[in-house]
This record gives sequence, C-alpha cells and structure tokens, in this order.
Amino acid sequence: MTAKLSGHDLTLVRGDRCLFTGVSFALESENLLVLEGRNGSGKTSLLKAIVGMIDLEEGEIRWNGRPVREVRQEFFGSLVWVAHRTGLKSDLNLVENLRFESNLRPESRHDMDAVLDRLGIQRLRKLPLRSLSAGQQRRVALARMLLADASLWLMDEPFTNLDREGRALVLDLVKEHLGRGGMCIMAAHQDIDLDVATQRVMLQ
Amino acid sequence: MPGLFGVLFATARRDLTLVWKRPGDSLNPLFFFAMVASLFPLAVGPTPEQLQFAGPGVLWVAALLAMLLSLNSLFMSDFEDGSLEQLLVSPQPLVVMALGKTIAHWLTSGLPLVILSPVMALAFQMELEVAGVLMVTLALGTISLSLLGSVGAALTVGLHRGTALLSLLILPLSMPVLIFGARTVSLAAAGDAYSAGIYALAAYAVGALTLVPFATSAALRISNS
Repeated sequence: MTAKLSGHDLTLVRGDRCLFTGVSFALESENLLVLEGRNGSGKTSLLKAIVGMIDLEEGEIRWNGRPVREVRQEFFGSLVWVAHRTGLKSDLNLVENLRFESNLRPESRHDMDAVLDRLGIQRLRKLPLRSLSAGQQRRVALARMLLADASLWLMDEPFTNLDREGRALVLDLVKEHLGRGGMCIMAAHQDIDLDVATQRVMLQ
Repeated sequence: MPGLFGVLFATARRDLTLVWKRPGDSLNPLFFFAMVASLFPLAVGPTPEQLQFAGPGVLWVAALLAMLLSLNSLFMSDFEDGSLEQLLVSPQPLVVMALGKTIAHWLTSGLPLVILSPVMALAFQMELEVAGVLMVTLALGTISLSLLGSVGAALTVGLHRGTALLSLLILPLSMPVLIFGARTVSLAAAGDAYSAGIYALAAYAVGALTLVPFATSAALRISNS
C-alpha cells in the first residue's frame, strides 16, 4: 500500500542558499512526523513546500500516490495548517473568526461548544481577539484546527506561547487524532515523545 | 452552485464586518475625495463656466486617486496576520475568495464615492442630469478600478512600501476608465450624446469582473511563494 503523504529526496533552495537536501518521508494513517532542527533550518519552509506555497528545487510531494499539484483542491480539503501566525482577525471575536472558517468547510461536523470547552476558551466567546493573550489566541487557532475536521494536521511550533497545561493538551489532541486514523506533521523544538508511530526528520 | 456563493458571501461579509468595527481606515479615501472636490471650486473661482468645464475631469481624477489610496490595504492586513496563508491552503477556490474580498473593497470604498458624487457635482454647478451621468460612470468605473487594483495589491502584498509600485502597475490599466469616464460626463454637460461612453465603461467593468479574479488569485500565489 502506498503512503498517504510522501516526499522523496526533497531539495529546497531559497535565494542562493540550500536549506535542505535529500529529505524523504512517507506518512500513513496514525503516523506522526516530527520535523526537528535549529532555528532557520527550514522547518517552516518544508511545511510551506508540502502545502505547495513554495516550490521545491527537486523532489515531489505526493498525496495518495499522486502529485499534490494535480489534486490540490482535494488535498487542501483534507489538511489544516496551524501556522506560526494564527491567521485570525484581531478585530473580530472568537465566534466570528471560527464561523468564517466553518463557512469555508461546510462539510465539517464538529460541535463548536464542545471544542471551546475542551480548549478552555468558552468564556472568551464575545471578546475581540485583540484583547486575548498570545496563549489564548494560540488556543483559538487550535480550536479552528479541530473544527476543520481534517485528516492531516500540519503544525508549526504549536507549543509557542502555551502554558504547561496547554502543551499537554496539544499532545493529547494529537494522540487522539492519530488514534482516529489521522496524520500529523509537527515542527517542534522540544522533544516529542508520544506513544505513537513517530518518524523524525532532522533538518541540518 | 450554492456552495461557491456561500464562500463568496462569507469572505465579503468578513471584510465588511472588519470595516464596520474599524471604520476610520476605509473613510480616508472618501475624505480625500470630498476635500479635493470641495476645495477645487474655491481655488478656481466661482464662475459657472469655469467650474462646469473643469468639473468632470477634477471629480474623476479625485475619485481615481481616492481608489488608489484605498487599494494598498486590500490584502495587507490579511498578509500580516497570516489569514492570507490560510486562504491559500483553503479547500475553497482562491478565485472566489479573492472576488469576495474585492467586492467588499468596492462596497466600502467605491460605493461611498458614487453616493457622495452628486453632492460634489453641486459644488461644480452641474445640472441634475449631468450629476446622474457622473454617478453612473463612477459606479461602473470604480468597479473596474477595484478589480484592476486587486491584481496590483495582490502582486505587491509581500513588499514593504509597495504603494508606489502599485500605482505604477495600476495607472496604465486605469487610463481607459479615466478617459471614458471624464469624457462621458463632459459630453453630457455639453448636451451631446453620451451613451457610447457608458457602454464602453460597462464593457470594461464586465471584462474585468470576468477575467481579473483569476489574475488576482494567481498573483496572490506568486507573491506568497
């Protein structure tokens, strides 16, 4: 059986600097892929290359065995990207932000109240995002990720600004997601040690 | 397909809500238009002949520059807070979302100019019928300007201080709009037949509406890579 998401011998050049070369991975259901490396080693760039925002010098990302370029809309429908910047509007409140996202994914069947309870942000519903702390905004971004109901999670430094309890929550969520047959790619500084099938890519 | 209309509506509504919560930024172009159009008659002098002669051109140039002023912000805040990246990896077509944002931009910057223009026409001693022609040409013209501007804004969104470049990109494309718009109002003021100009502006707007969203979405992908 072919892997759901795979990349073979990937090389990425930005400007005249080669960020990484010879990176390969093959991700199946219930797999976690951890991208490790120092600051500036290309973790975020690899995530951007996976979603096709930047072009690879060599190599190709495949989704269900087909190049991502050919199945872009289908691929985007099954992924959600928690980027470094939250992508939320600071002038809108939590519900307005999340409702916009759910309008873009009408087929998602998650209950917003349950998700907000889980992340402990239920009481922040009416506040504009501007007045929330960075950690709370990160939690809203996680709420959007859950509501998207996607099978592939791309997480860029998901622990940024989160407290100890929040970091444990992220790990729990990832574990549950993988238990339901999902996939996750995570760029992280800290050691991720979960009881799941984990691959690691070390970027130099 | 009702789904795509839902996406168009949701994108436009989000931008309109943002403007509603923070109206100051989008009122700036309108103030600019109102100031130019009301200061000009004071500077030129009060004789009706002079004002009627200069009126169409001045109002149209003021409207064009006001639209240019407002364009820079079209994708800027989305770029800064990362929501543009999210739109790029969204399961919905980027073309539709780009069009939704452009529609919201026109509703908050183009439409107020159109509504205000008859008042400004009074300052230039225009007759009622001429003011009506001015409104129609501005309505069609600002639609084209919003759309053309969205390509420029999408191309320059990643650049700091891209305003000058944006103007350079947009101005050549907007010349036909300015020429037809101002000329049509002048013809109406002189009592000549003016409908051809309105048809030309309408054709330009329809052409832009059909083709430009695809260019905008392609430009957004380029400037974010």
